[in-house]
Amino acid sequence: MKKISTDLIVIGAGPGGMAAALKASEMGIKNILLVDRLEELGGILQQCIHNGFGLQKFEKDLTGPEYADHYINLIKKTNIEVLLHSMAIEITKDKKVILSNNIDGLIEVSAKAIVLAMGCRERTRQQVSIPGTRPAGIFTAGVAQRFVNIEGYMPGKSVVVVGSGDIGMIMARRMTLEGAKVHAVTEILPYAGGLTRNIVQCLEDYQIPLHLNHNVINICGKDRVTGVKIAKIDSNGDPTNETFDIECDTLLFSVGLIPENELSRMVPLDINPVTGGPYIDDTYHTGNDGIFICGNAAFVNDLADYVSLEGEIAGEAAAKYALYGNRPNSRIPTIAGDNVRFIVPNFITRQDQVTLYVRVTEPITDVRVISTDGIVNLKKQIVKPSEMVEIKLDSDKLKKISQLKELKIDVKKNG
Amino acid sequence: MYNIAIIGGGIVGNAIARELSRYDLKTILIEKEIEVSFGTSKANSGIIHSGIHDKPETLKGRLCFMGNIIWGQLATELRIPFERVGEILVARSDEDIPVLDQILENAKTNNIPAEMVTGTKLREIEPNLAPNINTALLAPTAGVIPPYEMTYALYENAMQNGVEYLLESKVTNIINDKNGFIVTADSREIKAEYVINAAGVYADDIAKLIGANNFKILPRKGEEYILDKRLDNINNHIIFPTPNPTSKGILVIKTIEGSTMIGPTAEDINDKEDTSTSEAGLKKILDFVRTMVPDIKKSDIIASFAGIRPVSDTNDFIIEESKVVPHFINAAGIQSPGLTAAPAIALEIIEILKESGMDMRKKNNFKPYDKPHRRLTLLNNNEKELLIKLNKDYGNIICRCETVSEAEVVAAIKNGAKTVDGIKFRTRAGMGRCQAGFCTHHVMRILSKELSVPEETITKRGGDSRIVKEKR
Repeated sequence: MKKISTDLIVIGAGPGGMAAALKASEMGIKNILLVDRLEELGGILQQCIHNGFGLQKFEKDLTGPEYADHYINLIKKTNIEVLLHSMAIEITKDKKVILSNNIDGLIEVSAKAIVLAMGCRERTRQQVSIPGTRPAGIFTAGVAQRFVNIEGYMPGKSVVVVGSGDIGMIMARRMTLEGAKVHAVTEILPYAGGLTRNIVQCLEDYQIPLHLNHNVINICGKDRVTGVKIAKIDSNGDPTNETFDIECDTLLFSVGLIPENELSRMVPLDINPVTGGPYIDDTYHTGNDGIFICGNAAFVNDLADYVSLEGEIAGEAAAKYALYGNRPNSRIPTIAGDNVRFIVPNFITRQDQVTLYVRVTEPITDVRVISTDGIVNLKKQIVKPSEMVEIKLDSDKLKKISQLKELKIDVKKNG
Repeated sequence: MYNIAIIGGGIVGNAIARELSRYDLKTILIEKEIEVSFGTSKANSGIIHSGIHDKPETLKGRLCFMGNIIWGQLATELRIPFERVGEILVARSDEDIPVLDQILENAKTNNIPAEMVTGTKLREIEPNLAPNINTALLAPTAGVIPPYEMTYALYENAMQNGVEYLLESKVTNIINDKNGFIVTADSREIKAEYVINAAGVYADDIAKLIGANNFKILPRKGEEYILDKRLDNINNHIIFPTPNPTSKGILVIKTIEGSTMIGPTAEDINDKEDTSTSEAGLKKILDFVRTMVPDIKKSDIIASFAGIRPVSDTNDFIIEESKVVPHFINAAGIQSPGLTAAPAIALEIIEILKESGMDMRKKNNFKPYDKPHRRLTLLNNNEKELLIKLNKDYGNIICRCETVSEAEVVAAIKNGAKTVDGIKFRTRAGMGRCQAGFCTHHVMRILSKELSVPEETITKRGGDSRIVKEKR
């Protein structure tokens, strides 16, 4: 087996991995290996030909491939070694990674530090237990996106989208633009799963009905999907007798994303059941010394821009770890309080600046995001699960926090 | 003119074909689907039963017992993984214990290894059982195999030994005269001295074409659900409830791949094609299996399917030459334990043919061993390295969840796979927790290249099941 040593290996070359590798390179790390299973850099960005990328990071409205190009061009100017079309199939506690491809066979990489940036995968029809038959014509929205935008095939012509995640809404528009009829988007919850801008720009602008509190309860068709039965959902989340049928040949599922952590489990890293990613501190360091994780592999983000920011933090910290090999001793846990589904990172170690992300359990208007000892106290007109609350902590706040046993964040209704 | 035409390419038809390929006979197998194993056999639990559930005086009981023994050798010959993980029948209440005692007595009489396991010993061998379960009957000779791989291996070996296959050909008519049968399968007419009816849920319809239908097939649907591989230690055995007179019940099944499967339901239906799953079926299974293994969660489910058991109106297997149509042999009503019994059914058919006067001479060039099915995921890194040296495409992983390489997909196509499902059943690409999110377009690309057909014509399982509608 071919064996190589490197200071840093970054697994996954999407927005997180590319940003991490670049930042580590800026930090003066000489040997960086950036690996991806696909044939080109950019990861899922390459199939996201819609706009809306870079608004936060560059204050520009870019498409996914344009956003990726920004990083790809920067990477070309560095000494970062890029290895594409290679799958990481094994990883160990002591930071050895085994890669597989059809040129070198297996390669064992020993690294001083690792950044995991595998991104996430989509929940499937099976994971939301939709009964019925199992014909052709059932896709996750992201797979359909790949077929249309990369492979050049239309998955179908008459479509129902199940779930109102961002990719589902974006694909509702995309399929419409490509000449398909999108009959409906169903959402089991009383509110949409994706961003408000996507509800407006992808559904309302194209008169695609969004059925909140509705779910597909049966899929029909033997060889190919022929239709679905949709039911109104009651307040307990159960289907009611109020149903209607739609004839269609294709179903796209957009029912949530799951951090991709096959490799993390091999280490093994302790996985947070709520986020689906490993527990991390504010440098995106996992519980295993020298293994960092960023982006959607750590927890599902709203925007690629956030993923890149996390990649930079993880890349900088991984570079420091590769150079000096130490990590801070003291860390303050962050705790999800009232109306908070999760808060990340899970531990605060830094003194300079930290951004916390809070995902709320349900939409609430007129709230206060408040922490232990009132160190954080933000007023928000509305919070919702589809858009994480960002909490920026400066050195003053972090100094106060360093005196605490834990930092609990509650989201409380005003008054 | 063929000596023998077999109708139906499931586990039974293929086991018969392979057994017949030992003899100097011209045999053809006719299957209506685009690939073999696409009917009931693809929706099987993969259990090789010990035989304790069935009475030895029934065909089911006798052939199950024999089949269990034959499988040991057959799995070796066909290079299919087979593990005798053992089955346990648990007592969920005190009333179950005398029933288990009786089964144990029967097992002893029939020479099936079995023993009672109780208390801490039971906890030790099966730690996740419900706390109120303190008694179980263990039958260690029960095992698990990958059922579709087994069917494909029989098919490949039969073909290698000279059996012809006619796929995508539905039998619509059978007539006979003094020279034998003429079987119409779509546009082709097959002449054969003997016809063996292994048509599964359609066995009664096939028999009716020639008036050999002294039985009816009652389709009985079973839904099953597969749990994430990560929970591989949730059960060590195939866990059964104590059976009642009509059913083996709903099980927690250890599969050969390490994932756990729960089910099946048993629902009598009218439509022989209705393989839909239902909310009620899922609830029934979850509620039931939690009485045995309480930790099983709905959120652990990664896949579901349903299969249709061909239950005969006699409730036993029907394996006999028709009394009204000589040389027409039914192998019908093969429901559970059909997979276990399949190789014994094949031997039974051989005996029937001999008795009926068929000239059965063994060939001297029969090759019992199948070529190895190389599965990357089962190899260590040194073995992987060697394999990649032989063929670089073993290094190209196209399915992340199940670690399947491009070379394995190519091999499956060389062995007859034509569809995305055919690749899935042979290689496991697409069976993991992402349910083909990553591999579908890779599989389509490889199928398109190897079969020299456009990607947009690739189907999930033949017929109108094209994956994509058109080129953009």
